[in-house]
Amino acid sequence: MPSLNAIVSGAALMERLLDAVAAIGKAAIAVARQCGRITLFAAEGVSQIVRPPFYPRMVGRSLAEIGYFSLPVVALTAIFTGMVLALQSATGLARFSAETQIASLVVLSVTRELGPVLAGLMVAGRAGAAMAAELGTMRVTDQIDALTTLSTNPMKYLVAPRLLAGAIALPLLVVVADILGVLGGYIIATLRLGFNGHVYLENTLNFVQTQDVVSGLVKAAVFGFLVALMGCYNGYNSKGGAQGVGSATTAAVVSASVLILAFDYVLTEIFFVR
Amino acid sequence: MSDAAVAAVPKLRIRGLRKGFGAKQVLDGIDLDVPAGTSLVVIGGSGSGKSVLIKCVLGLIEPDAGTIELDGRNLLAMDREGRERAVATMGMLFQNGALFDSLPVWENVAFGLLARHRVGRREARGRADAVLAQVGLAPSVGDLWPAELSGGMQKRVALARAIAAAPDLLFFDEPTTGLDPIMGAVIDGLIVDVVKRLGSTAIAITHDMASAMRIADSVAMLHKGRIVWQGAPDTLMTSGNAIVDQFTHGRREGPITMELRR
Ligand SMILES: Nc1ncnc2c1ncn2[C@@H]1O[C@H](COP(=O)(O)OP(=O)(O)OP(=O)(O)O)[C@@H](O)[C@H]1O
Ligand SMILES: [Mg+2]
Repeated sequence: MPSLNAIVSGAALMERLLDAVAAIGKAAIAVARQCGRITLFAAEGVSQIVRPPFYPRMVGRSLAEIGYFSLPVVALTAIFTGMVLALQSATGLARFSAETQIASLVVLSVTRELGPVLAGLMVAGRAGAAMAAELGTMRVTDQIDALTTLSTNPMKYLVAPRLLAGAIALPLLVVVADILGVLGGYIIATLRLGFNGHVYLENTLNFVQTQDVVSGLVKAAVFGFLVALMGCYNGYNSKGGAQGVGSATTAAVVSASVLILAFDYVLTEIFFVR
Repeated sequence: MSDAAVAAVPKLRIRGLRKGFGAKQVLDGIDLDVPAGTSLVVIGGSGSGKSVLIKCVLGLIEPDAGTIELDGRNLLAMDREGRERAVATMGMLFQNGALFDSLPVWENVAFGLLARHRVGRREARGRADAVLAQVGLAPSVGDLWPAELSGGMQKRVALARAIAAAPDLLFFDEPTTGLDPIMGAVIDGLIVDVVKRLGSTAIAITHDMASAMRIADSVAMLHKGRIVWQGAPDTLMTSGNAIVDQFTHGRREGPITMELRR
């Protein structure tokens, strides 16, 4: 027969186990609830894009902020990425005596993957953070409430233009990134590895297919939307003064970055695995 | 309906309004009538829920229970559109100004006009300059950014923005806090002026007894989530109500105890 002590400690152990299960359950519910809120927020924001009145000025401002002002950082990222790819693949492919494949490797990696993903991450750090900080400040200083009292729907005035601009601006940036990425590879291949420039470009153009570029641009549109969504959602719902705005900014960048990588996987499955 | 019956419907009638945040009951059954064309001043300690009260009327905070009637129609029972239309007849001066810092001053002032009446930008600019003049600011101020203004100027711009669309019901959340006494008196004068000229109804929150005396037709004291006293401003200092008495005389000892920690 088990002693009283053993029964008691068994019950205590059971309780602790149940506590752990409960904690996991609570966290899961919290995550699900958060996802639900973000989805509702996104749906409301998108529905406001298509319903008048429209705010073309706000869209233009957001396009400049997300797209134009991100150009330098995205350009630098793309060109160095192309250079590194060429250099790395040169040493790697040499083991299979397949150095001629450098051009195709660079152009595929850049258009399909690295262009959209790296541009998305850069824009998340720049524009996503700025959006969260701006909307967060507007929230904690009552500016968002003030919009409502002035007959202006803040979801329509603040959020919808940013979502739209995000989905437009990032593909445009990625076009630039694709070109500069290939250029980076070209520079290394010709100046450093001694390839013939004409042949390199020919290899690039012969190998790349429309689908590679298009899939990258679709990815970019999704990533741009996600960056704007996380920036707006976190900023719009921030509370508690300067500190609240700070954590909203961090949350916007981190969540957008994670979502970009997660959606990148999902979209790649959809595009290339059939 | 006879004229007398119309006159009897107050501009704003609040009944049993309750709002809690978590465990804290901020508003605990507010009953309040504001007759059309009058100014009510709400006083009460810091954190007593004055701002929450007017945010409930403006639809910025959803109350837990109660009714808020504007011209006899319950705002809380309206659909979204009806409520938006009702809020469009209101103007609000926020406690901290809440000026849009990404827009120049004149666009702040004309924001409601641009949003509501679809006036052109050139005309809106003219109207903004006119309203700025009403609060004693030169048209050149219209080209500045909110961050370039002093606190007193920001309050005046915020006042201009609140009154620009000539609202029927005006809210002023601590319009004179943080201003020097002279500027405070100037703002009070502007508020009285504007309310009279527009024929609007006004609800103002203030901690400043002198200001309350200048603005109010009636004063209400908010304490522990309820209106504990209401009366004419000249009876404020001699109300005989222990809570009002402690508040107006700024005594440390009395029925109001500041909770330093919650
Ligand atoms: N959005 C909110 N979420 C949680 N609590 C809130 C919120 N808004 C107000 N409160 C709480 O409600 C209480 C009343 O706040 P309110 O801003 O109405 O005070 P007040 O009377 O305007 O004070 P003051 O004179 O200092 O402006 C405070 O304790 C505040 O913490
Ligand atoms: Mg307040």
